[in-house]
Amino acid sequence: MPLYIKLHVGFLFFIFTIAPPTNVHAFDKPNDSGSAIHIKWEVSQDDREIEKYIIFRQTLPDTTMEKIGFLKNGSNFLEDDRTDDAREYRYIVASSKNSELAFSMPSNTTKSYPQVFHSGRINILISIIIFGILLVYFVIRARGGRDLFIRKIPGLDAVDEAVGRATEMGKPILYVPGLGDIVWTATIASMNILGEVAKKIAQYDTPIIVTNRWSVVYTVSKEVVKEAFATEGKSESFQEDYVRYLTEAQFGFAAAVNGIMLRERPATNFFIGRFWAESLIMAETGAQTGAIQIAGSDSVLQLPFFITACDYTLIGEELYAASAYLSREPLLMGSLKAQDYSKLIVLFILFLFTVLSFFNVDLLSLLGVQ
Amino acid sequence: MKRKLALAICLIMGIVMMVQFFIPHPTSLQFNSMILKWVIILSAFAMVLAIGNLSRHHGLIIRKKKKNWFYSVVTLTSMGAMAIIGLFWGVDAGSLFQSIYLNIFAPLSATMFALLAYYMASAAYRAFRARSLEATLLLAAAFIVMIGFMPFGQYIHPRFPSFAEWIMQVPNMASQRGILFGVAFGSIATALKIILGIERSWLGGKE
Repeated sequence: MPLYIKLHVGFLFFIFTIAPPTNVHAFDKPNDSGSAIHIKWEVSQDDREIEKYIIFRQTLPDTTMEKIGFLKNGSNFLEDDRTDDAREYRYIVASSKNSELAFSMPSNTTKSYPQVFHSGRINILISIIIFGILLVYFVIRARGGRDLFIRKIPGLDAVDEAVGRATEMGKPILYVPGLGDIVWTATIASMNILGEVAKKIAQYDTPIIVTNRWSVVYTVSKEVVKEAFATEGKSESFQEDYVRYLTEAQFGFAAAVNGIMLRERPATNFFIGRFWAESLIMAETGAQTGAIQIAGSDSVLQLPFFITACDYTLIGEELYAASAYLSREPLLMGSLKAQDYSKLIVLFILFLFTVLSFFNVDLLSLLGVQ
Repeated sequence: MKRKLALAICLIMGIVMMVQFFIPHPTSLQFNSMILKWVIILSAFAMVLAIGNLSRHHGLIIRKKKKNWFYSVVTLTSMGAMAIIGLFWGVDAGSLFQSIYLNIFAPLSATMFALLAYYMASAAYRAFRARSLEATLLLAAAFIVMIGFMPFGQYIHPRFPSFAEWIMQVPNMASQRGILFGVAFGSIATALKIILGIERSWLGGKE
């Protein structure tokens, strides 16, 4: 067993039978709100023999060291998240075996401080800027009257048919804006579609039932339907009962929607938004009642259930394109083009990264993105 | 005016929250947490409106003695009883509220969830009828994956499980990622369209 002689804070000589860790380096935790320092070290030469590493902290100008934690052998990193941004710190890491400790040389002194820009998110910022430029460009082009081609989406083409069918049968239309709260983009997209669907419904004077799981979604969907009726000059046709709040309980909500489908027998069901395990319970019940069903979700796990049980399904991005497709507003259509070109750029980046990976070039770590 | 005000608030808050995402400074985080508290307060106000809607809807059904009106009685009674029990006797562990929740509500929810198995069987029957080339491919893929993931699969052929795994990890994963890219850009587009006031369907249209 080699012997190690080291000089430490306190100017004392120690004789160790185990090797201490080396190159202890302390630095401010990047991209944080302060109060945290990262400590890194090279593991002891006797890493396999030792039990743990004990980390000590010295708060300058004090000379005493305090123990702030320990880690099992093999570890070479610790985050000290209890620092004061105004103070300077120094660290020592000790290898520990039985009751013996082998101390490293003290680290550099460092301070924690908050950052004003999260450099790890620069890729997101660049993507948003590029996407924003594309969006503005295509919106301006659309405003100039350029005709933009958009492929047919059968699920959205069927909306008119679905509304017409309900009108002919004299039955209501059920619209479920998902089970996600308003913070989900799919719910917001669903509100946009609801606005367009409600306008068509208002034209035909067909009753609609909008069921809601969350109180905020309820208030938004009520305003959306009310405004859509007002836009069509049918304010008097809007009834408070069209938009209903049910319950926050996931399966309670599914049971309530199933009850509405079985009791009120809507001719058309829309399931558009964010769904979880209840998707098939509702879609299958709707299929059994014989209603024409149009679903749309960005949840890849629930899409197969909707595709199986519904007549038409908006898959992923089609959900976000629906509002533009239904309204045919040039400005909104322009945004779809921006989406398509952004996907083309991503495709190119994916191809580039794949090719580079064949040459062992890891661009992600070179760019330092998270 | 009402619409312009809503658009202005949306624009300002949208940009502010987007900028906040890139600033990890404590002031920025405090601002974010303050906004989240506002959302909770707004949700509480919205909850009053939502409960009002629920009570009004079921009250009307009971008053007019519409078909199945007794279900509405059950709904309103349950809601009122749980609110009173929770308010006066608390909602802590061991309370009457918790007891009702665990012994009545939880089993009812579990029952609804359990129904999923039967719905899956009926949906699978419909999906797996080989009426077209796509449906036949779906049927074949589902058959391979199901057999491959069963212990029985490796006795049919030793490579069956790894082939099933390949179907899940390569073609299935590739299509899922394709959908997710579209979803990601759709989400950003929707957010930007609303922030910039291009998308106004949520306000009832462009007018």
